[in-house]
Amino acid sequence: MAELVLMRKAYGEALVQLGRDNPDVVVLSADVSNSDFSYMFQEAFPDRFFNVGIAEQCLVDVAVGLAYSGKIPFANSFAFLLATRALEMVRTHCCYGEANVKLMAAYGGVSDSFDGPTHHAITDIAIMRSLPNMTVVVPSDTVAVAKLLPQVADWRGPVYFRMNRNEVPVLFDHTYEPQIGKAVDVRQGRDVTLIGTGLMLSRCLEAAEILANEGIDAQVLEIHTIKPLDADAVVRAARKTGALVTAEEHNIIGGLGAAVAEVVSDAYPVPVKRVGIPDRFAETGPYAALLDRYGMAVMDVVQAARAAVAAKK
Amino acid sequence: MHYHSESLIRDLSAKAQSFRIQVLKMVYNAQSGHLGGAFSVAEILTALFFHHLRLDPARPDWPERDRLLFSKGHACAMLYTVMAYRGFLPVEELMTFRQLDSRLQGHPDRVKLPGVEMCAGPLGQGVAIGVGMALALRMDQPKPSALTAPSARASRARVYVVLGDGEINAGVVWEGAMAAAKYRLGNLTAILDYNGVQQTGAVADVMPIEPVAAKWEAFGWHVQEIDGHNMGEILNALDRADEVHARPTIIIAHTTKGKGVSFMEYDNRWHGMPPNHEQYERALAELEEGLKAWQN
Repeated sequence: MAELVLMRKAYGEALVQLGRDNPDVVVLSADVSNSDFSYMFQEAFPDRFFNVGIAEQCLVDVAVGLAYSGKIPFANSFAFLLATRALEMVRTHCCYGEANVKLMAAYGGVSDSFDGPTHHAITDIAIMRSLPNMTVVVPSDTVAVAKLLPQVADWRGPVYFRMNRNEVPVLFDHTYEPQIGKAVDVRQGRDVTLIGTGLMLSRCLEAAEILANEGIDAQVLEIHTIKPLDADAVVRAARKTGALVTAEEHNIIGGLGAAVAEVVSDAYPVPVKRVGIPDRFAETGPYAALLDRYGMAVMDVVQAARAAVAAKK
Repeated sequence: MHYHSESLIRDLSAKAQSFRIQVLKMVYNAQSGHLGGAFSVAEILTALFFHHLRLDPARPDWPERDRLLFSKGHACAMLYTVMAYRGFLPVEELMTFRQLDSRLQGHPDRVKLPGVEMCAGPLGQGVAIGVGMALALRMDQPKPSALTAPSARASRARVYVVLGDGEINAGVVWEGAMAAAKYRLGNLTAILDYNGVQQTGAVADVMPIEPVAAKWEAFGWHVQEIDGHNMGEILNALDRADEVHARPTIIIAHTTKGKGVSFMEYDNRWHGMPPNHEQYERALAELEEGLKAWQN
């Protein structure tokens, strides 16, 4: 069993390191810094931290002003608030106006499980992905957070960085070298490709083990950058294995599954099965139980893989 | 009491009136655009661009420039006109307003047109974006030390936000107003173009904003009230705002929607309606008559 590490703590540490390395980085909060751990940056660099109160629209606009003045603002709030309440500011100024704002989306998916559906973010990837000029990154573990965050700072233009609230399995070690925009081969196989993002990557790996026992040789591809999607890697996987399964902690509408289906339907049509929340709101409860109940169990991935393989011509 | 010369005031007032004529031509030509709020803000923008702001049209990204955030973006025909005559773009380009391939988009686009500091049109956001800019300018000031004279410490660049009155219906305006006061942004000045009319009627009917001065005071801002068509009062108010330290200032400028064209004044229908030929001719004649008053 993989070691479990709290992703938001890893984020806070990575943010402090970024503050040391890059003097242009400033951090904004909408008064949840002790939830998302951006308080660690506040303690290290109080002059470069701004709490605008419970005002997410203002949060993004103030970040926009800082970005237009040469700073690299990291605006922190809950994923659902950035993607819904502050959306117009994100669209008009970050995307259309090309403000170099980094949206740090805490509590992605159903990871804030006990706060319930009001606090779950299950539509954010679809929303952010549909905006021209936006980049959408979803780290799968704490190593990915530390490796990707400096790239987010250096990336030109707005980035939506979606994180998990909870302890998550550590999948990678120091040899992991992710690059924004590039998929990562995590496991090789011939029969089907499981494409995972965020926490669901670990469930894809578990599913691959189960499938191996059934004689299905599944490969696993990590997509940490949902936009711009590494279309070449997706098409390579489609050509090699002839069937794809996507797995994400998100509505099955509009997220990773949709992005992958868009690519292969244009370039190399193969069966694509999407694992995610079946277009409904979840409920309050333990995190793992919610994932299992709302379409994101390991066995959901396994069954999707079986179906994808069966659908191959 | 005016602290600026009579000739300066007459010159700027004449410019503002001539810009109304230019805007009328643009909106008539495009058969699209917003005249009422462009006419009400003419003197305010003229005072800023032709006297008060430190700008260099040749270097629209000059770090030491003052920032003008035109938050009431729908009135951008006036912004484009003032910018063109100030040298940010060729005057001939103004007639491309709202046409295909133009840099003069229906609402301001900071990427297409250098010198525009923010995209605007979705209302209410100039204050909060201005807070971000004012914070950044303050951060970039060298830290005070025994070796630097006070005057040498501060970046002199300041942030100015031009707001519409209907615009302050939007809640994010007040979120930004609170943040500006919290961070004691003395380098931030807002100017409220209080023309009293918004898209579907009088501000007082659509969503009453009074007591507007008391609201801003309660939010921690320094407040001045002026006649927004009186050039001397505008210039004085801008000067005074620069001398307010440790808190933001708002200049509540009482104006007239559609100013200068009798049949457009106070009439919300002229918020976003282009004139037909007959209306255009009448409006042009009235504005040209008004211009003569400043030229004699």
